[in-house]
Amino acid sequence: MSEKVLYAIGGIFDDPDKITHAAEAAAEKGYKKFDVHTPYPMHGMPEAMKLGRSKLGYAALVFGLSGLLAAFLMTFYMSGIDYPLIIGGKPYYAFPKYVPIMFEVTVLCAAIGTVVTMLFFFFKFPNNAHPMHGTDFMKKVSLDKFGLLIEAEDKLFVESEVRDFLAGLGALEIHEIFFDEKEAAVKPKILEPKFLGFLAVAFILVSGATYFTLNKLLYLPPYDWMLEQPKIIPQERDIINADVNGMRQPVDGTVARGLMPYPYADEPDSAGANLINPLNFTEQNLKLGQDKFDIYCSPCHGFHGEGDSRLHGQFPNPPSLHSEKVRDWSDGRIFHVITEGQNVMPSYASQLTREERWAVILYVRALQRSLNAKESDLQ
Amino acid sequence: MSSSEVNIDYTKKDLPSGFGKAGIALLIVGLIMVVLSYFVDPVRSAFNNLIILMLLISVGIGGLFLVALEYLGGAVWSVPFRRIPEFLGAVLFIVPLVALPVYFNMHGLYHWTHEEAVLHDEVLSGKHGYLNMSFFTIRAAAIFIIWMLFYISIVGRSQRQDRTGDQRLTKRNIRWSAGFMPVFAITITIASIDWMKSLEPHWFSTIYGVYYFAGTVLTALAITTFLAVYLNEKGILVKGLKADHFYSLGALLFAFVNFWAYIAFSQFLLIYYANMPEETFWYLDRWEGSWVFVSIFLIVVHFIVPYFGLLSQPSKTNPGRLKFMSLWIVFAHFVDLYWLIMPTFSPEGFVLSWYELGFPVLAVGLIIAVFGFRAKKQNLVPVKDPKLKRGLNFRL
Repeated sequence: MSEKVLYAIGGIFDDPDKITHAAEAAAEKGYKKFDVHTPYPMHGMPEAMKLGRSKLGYAALVFGLSGLLAAFLMTFYMSGIDYPLIIGGKPYYAFPKYVPIMFEVTVLCAAIGTVVTMLFFFFKFPNNAHPMHGTDFMKKVSLDKFGLLIEAEDKLFVESEVRDFLAGLGALEIHEIFFDEKEAAVKPKILEPKFLGFLAVAFILVSGATYFTLNKLLYLPPYDWMLEQPKIIPQERDIINADVNGMRQPVDGTVARGLMPYPYADEPDSAGANLINPLNFTEQNLKLGQDKFDIYCSPCHGFHGEGDSRLHGQFPNPPSLHSEKVRDWSDGRIFHVITEGQNVMPSYASQLTREERWAVILYVRALQRSLNAKESDLQ
Repeated sequence: MSSSEVNIDYTKKDLPSGFGKAGIALLIVGLIMVVLSYFVDPVRSAFNNLIILMLLISVGIGGLFLVALEYLGGAVWSVPFRRIPEFLGAVLFIVPLVALPVYFNMHGLYHWTHEEAVLHDEVLSGKHGYLNMSFFTIRAAAIFIIWMLFYISIVGRSQRQDRTGDQRLTKRNIRWSAGFMPVFAITITIASIDWMKSLEPHWFSTIYGVYYFAGTVLTALAITTFLAVYLNEKGILVKGLKADHFYSLGALLFAFVNFWAYIAFSQFLLIYYANMPEETFWYLDRWEGSWVFVSIFLIVVHFIVPYFGLLSQPSKTNPGRLKFMSLWIVFAHFVDLYWLIMPTFSPEGFVLSWYELGFPVLAVGLIIAVFGFRAKKQNLVPVKDPKLKRGLNFRL
């Protein structure tokens, strides 16, 4: 048998003026932990109860400012540092265009932060038990009576005194409210399985609905009307002339910006005779050549140009770059092979700029020298 | 509480004598300085005159707007203060007088008044059908007359109610207020475009009218707030005004501070982002030379200071803070108008001298004098307004 634990003593009043007077008297007497229950909101009650201002505004301020700061840092990092793109001719980080984002995130953080603070800090969510639940007191004050409640935790709480105090104020009835034994035994925990389960279900529902809306619903009739639009898509046929590509061909003789036409197509020998490597053996050029060789050439030719492919036979192994044939080729001849391709090797003109091709050739020369050094290198 | 009745406790008292004297003194000092400056430098004086013209339009039409808004919205909390914007609206009768010197100096102010310049300018000759002297004069006169007619109608009825107590007058005023709103929206847009935006006739901004409107309401509201707090402290207003009333005034001020910032930033962002030369030059003019300091000063004065000054809940009920912020906002609107108008006069940098001082002194004097003149004969509270009791009983 466990002793019933008293939560509070409440008085029922039947008149709004009396309850206001009672609230004033309770505040006057120095009670701190007392509450007033009325069937409708009453003007002037916070003043009568001598309630201070809610502290919730500070939570809103803090969350709002942190949202502002987070949005500023996010946009600054994204557009200024991590992925700088020029948009509309503006600087990478153009402050004015991120003001709306900062404003939105401020409002979002302030709103959500305030609600969450209120729920968890002031309402002690996820605890939803309260000794007031289901009491006769609660039934009366939510219908047509007014109640004043003094909690047992209050420093000035003495049971007989409180009873006399409430009776003296003209309370019609006096109720004792006890903690529900079962509920009192349960300590509210944020990590309660029930609550975590609720969070998980909510998460699945929200993310599932979002996924369904964005990835499935938009492709179902009648929501798929956006898929059919009378516009030209680059890879499709023209909507007017069915035998013309939607994307127009450039005018004859158009040259991409910075492109230099290669004059020795299908003429390896004249390329070998006429083209001269414009780059010198500098550390910088060799480094560039090594980087590009390791990226584009080494998968088939091997890191040292010995034809030891890393592709495990999925692609025919090329011959070694250290053969006498290749060693005797001029730089221009190798340049031709990289540019045009040879046998199964495709052209690398679109992956490597001219300068990079010449740098790769410098590096290949250095590799060749490492295996077939000249007499003079030994000195 | 809810059952207790509120009695209207109001006896007509004179305004503090210092109030009227300060008004007369400012009026005389301002008038002397203004006349002097017109002798020395008429063009610069006309620019300054334009600033206070727009300031007085803000006060006058903004006051009338607040009155109409109260009728139209069925607001009760503002009824005890309604006489203050009603008296401020009387500034509308002074506005044509203030506009006259600007009108006679238009040639020095408005580039589009130069016929020979318009002839060789494709944009200006395209706008000639709207921007020409005769049509400008018709518009200006028509708008001033329309405003005065609405003022006489709405405010006149409100003051007649003090004597007759006829409740139908309130109903009729609601109808007139509903009619006033669209007229107000159109006329204030036209007035701001005609008097201010046409200083830069090549420029485009479709939000300009709203921008001026934001400043207008803010100014009228700020002066109303200041006078409400001031007169209540002197015990001249009706008894029983609570913190809730002043909190509402402060909250509305705060809202319109944000509204101004929102509109001002919207105008800037669209022009900044589209980056079209025929629009951006207007902002570049204000971001070059020493004007950049005025631009930054404007952001601080018009948004940041009043925002944080009115953000917290106690600041909206603190009478001292409310009075200070109200006057601050009126000053901010003056800076705003200076920023809008003066770069046309001196594009190379901002100018500040006794010319710029005399005109606002005159404007403040005029507002005080008009208010004092109206307050002499009329009750400062609409004593027979059917909503007054509920207004006094107002709680948040």
